[in-house]
Amino acid sequence: MFKTTAEVGGMGHSIKRKEDLRFIQGKGNYVDDVNLPGMVYGQLVRSPYAHARLKRINTEHAKALAGVLAVITGEDLAKAGLAWMPTLSGDKQMVLATGKVLFQSQEVAFVVAEDRYTAADAAELVEVEYEELPVLVDPKKSLDPNAPILRDDREQKDNHIFHWEVGDRKGTEKAIQEAPVKAKVDAFFQRCHPAPLETCGCVADMNQATGRLTVYMTSQAPHAHRTLFALVGGIPENNIRVVSPDIGGGFGNKVPIYPGYVCAVVASLTLGVPVKWIETRSENLMSTGFARDYHMTAEISAEKSGKMTALRVKTLADHGAFNAAAQPTKFPAGLFSICTGSYDLPKAFCEVDGVYTNKAPGGIAYRCSFRVTEAAYLIERVVDVLANELKMDPVELRRKNFIPSTAFPYKSPLGWTYDSGDYDAAMKKALDKVGYRELRKEQEEKRKKGELMGIGVSSFTEIVGAGPSHLFDIAGIKMFDSCELRIHPTGKAICRMGTKSQGQGHETTYAQIVAQELGIPAADVTVEEGDTDTAPYGLGTYASRSTPVSGAATAVAARKIRDKAKKIAAHLLEASEEDLEWEPGKFFVKGAPGKAKTIQEIAFAAYTNHPQGLEAGLEAVDYYDPPNLTFPFGTYICIVDIDKGTGEIKVRRFVAVDDCGNIINPMIVEGQIHGGLTEGLGIAFMQQIDYDENGNVQGGTFMDYLLPTAVETPNWETDKTTTPSPHHPLGAKGIGESPNVGSPAAFVNAVVDALSHLGVRHIDMPITPWKVWNILKEKGVTG
Amino acid sequence: MAKKELVKIKVNGREREATVEPRMLLVHFIREALGLTGTHVGCDTSNCGACTVVLNGKTVKSCTIFAVQADGAEILTVEGLMSNGQLHPLQEGFKEQHGLQCGFCTPGMLMSSYALLQMNPNPSEEEVRWGISGNLCRCTGYQNIVRAVQFAAKKMLDNKAAAQGGRE
Repeated sequence: MFKTTAEVGGMGHSIKRKEDLRFIQGKGNYVDDVNLPGMVYGQLVRSPYAHARLKRINTEHAKALAGVLAVITGEDLAKAGLAWMPTLSGDKQMVLATGKVLFQSQEVAFVVAEDRYTAADAAELVEVEYEELPVLVDPKKSLDPNAPILRDDREQKDNHIFHWEVGDRKGTEKAIQEAPVKAKVDAFFQRCHPAPLETCGCVADMNQATGRLTVYMTSQAPHAHRTLFALVGGIPENNIRVVSPDIGGGFGNKVPIYPGYVCAVVASLTLGVPVKWIETRSENLMSTGFARDYHMTAEISAEKSGKMTALRVKTLADHGAFNAAAQPTKFPAGLFSICTGSYDLPKAFCEVDGVYTNKAPGGIAYRCSFRVTEAAYLIERVVDVLANELKMDPVELRRKNFIPSTAFPYKSPLGWTYDSGDYDAAMKKALDKVGYRELRKEQEEKRKKGELMGIGVSSFTEIVGAGPSHLFDIAGIKMFDSCELRIHPTGKAICRMGTKSQGQGHETTYAQIVAQELGIPAADVTVEEGDTDTAPYGLGTYASRSTPVSGAATAVAARKIRDKAKKIAAHLLEASEEDLEWEPGKFFVKGAPGKAKTIQEIAFAAYTNHPQGLEAGLEAVDYYDPPNLTFPFGTYICIVDIDKGTGEIKVRRFVAVDDCGNIINPMIVEGQIHGGLTEGLGIAFMQQIDYDENGNVQGGTFMDYLLPTAVETPNWETDKTTTPSPHHPLGAKGIGESPNVGSPAAFVNAVVDALSHLGVRHIDMPITPWKVWNILKEKGVTG
Repeated sequence: MAKKELVKIKVNGREREATVEPRMLLVHFIREALGLTGTHVGCDTSNCGACTVVLNGKTVKSCTIFAVQADGAEILTVEGLMSNGQLHPLQEGFKEQHGLQCGFCTPGMLMSSYALLQMNPNPSEEEVRWGISGNLCRCTGYQNIVRAVQFAAKKMLDNKAAAQGGRE
């Protein structure tokens, strides 16, 4: 790969982010900052019950309040055929309830008023009469033949959504039966919520004069959302413009279409004025895409030597009231079958059953490439349990079973072809950096003194960059992505993308790819995303797919431009194309470096002096269909100290060695790792959306749904190895999710390791001081 | 609807006024009555700190007080941090140290850090962490925010020393 100068700022340069200037001045433009003339406000009325029949809705008092413009109910939507909408997982979901409600905080009515305070007042005045029904919160009970049927709209008369399996059932069973050593773990990956700091919302603006609908919305996938609005709402797609302005974090929460968006659109269609709808934090936590809620069992077998022989995984997936996950069509449990992780397992089998409960709908991928977090957590947990069975150091067991670096491309027993990896290199680097041997010695000393210290290791493998079109689509739309690159006459450029940044720094990194490929300084490249009127079609940003898919599209588009630029350069230099060579920023005649044309000169010629027979202009579009996914990996090591008296856990150190292939901007990559690890910390120790037996949400505010602050968060120690992806044009792999996927197991393994001598083998997340204190009490350990 | 009240507040050095309902939150006054949308709302329970502004020299979460309570006060928001067309050292620090990603918490973080450095011009890492502990960030993991604040502290101290040196 060519090296560019710092001034050009291609791959590998930590250039400062272009987007920062507006954010640090308070000049970002988030959805709630959009204010249109005549705009009014919407507010949802939500169900206080988790399961109840809707007997009567009285909207009279609400409508009578001064300033109220409309109250829309499910019955009103039903008349327009819009009471239900499709989810991104082949199910359907109520927009506003008709007949009954299925989870607490479900959308029941939509009030529109002149200002947000009046809208809130009016929502209080909507009278809804409910008749309570029996509530199901335990997914295991959902499958009981006597369980109440939650979704009586379906032909299938039970609460089962899907069964999905992959691998060799019989061979795996036999291998496990015959193995001398076995280990098993029942691990519940709790329901949690991505909780981006900006909640979801939109401004829907139907211009009745032109028939054109503009929706400013918190969307990670604006193009797909436009198509769905057209298909479901019957509005011609050319009359819909979706704009994702600045997005205040997404983490998967802003992939689905929510009832509030649809209600705002319907209200604007009806009233002919722009309608703003912005969730409160409680609405966000209680009703929009949650993640995980996977009840998993893993069994693993090994020879006495520690060589692993088979893995069997069985999972019950709680999707809540509607299967509103955003999953590729062929993968109802996402990419969960990456659960064999970094290990060369000869046999494996994995099955997942999805069920309904009276909880908020979802299972979206929270900073995760479709259920990869669950898979990585499970394998890294059960490997530790196996190490305990074998009385072997967990590091030794891992290294004994790693897929060797010589085995790539590696075909996993569950059907994936891993592109590249060197797991032992990352492990070795992490061990050296943390001082593993010394830490084990320290732990031994501390145990003698009765002090609790734990070391947790996680050597995860990710699977990102969905994906190849023969396998991947969402709601039928293939998961390619795109870049449209135009070079202006003066050599500056604009590239427009099918993705949408929510903080990942796309305005900087895509510009760096153009800089790398064309030698045009990144500072001279404008990156635009999120406006479906101007950007090329794409499936958006989630599943760490921006760099693997759109990043590749950018490189290919730039190479198309370079090919054309070569023809123009040949014309300008009066040389044949074969005699030209490229170095970043210019073509020159072989052996005569003085005879050269810069990309800026070539761009100018493309508009002022292009060769006869060649089209004028210098631009290219690429729709990139990746040949495979990419497989980032790494080793994380966490050190915890536990206070015997209080059960409090302190993360003393955390070493993260990541390998995401070739890096575009090291500063941004490091920032992504810091952020992902902090979310992993929150998930391991704090974040849970729990329900009581009546289906009441127990984590519906930031007072109950705890997130890490600067005080609980340690300093992260990061490092890297570099194993390029062989099939990505830049050798890059994607990084945003690795730290969130790989870290929960490291935290949990550390806590379990601290308590393993007491016979503790597993603790479910979130591991709170209260849980640890109870375990210590039970084991007779006192402060 | 209660009778509207006239509220006068000096915001970023400029006298501003609007007639609003007594129940209007200060954050809505700033964002909607004055059109200064840099101050954000991220929760309903005063936990996230995205709405932090400096009121009479102290940080407040502007979602937690009414506009009428701030009548007659002086307020600094993120839009008032620059002076003479120059970024404040904190703004510079956040950019230089990659102290932001999605940018949504950034205005609140900047205002909390601003007040911290007013009280404690040379904070330790731990003091910075406590100083911003009322502000949630979901993207950065805080580490680079801490670096950004320390970058700014150093720059402000250096500037002060240079100014004093210049006078001598």
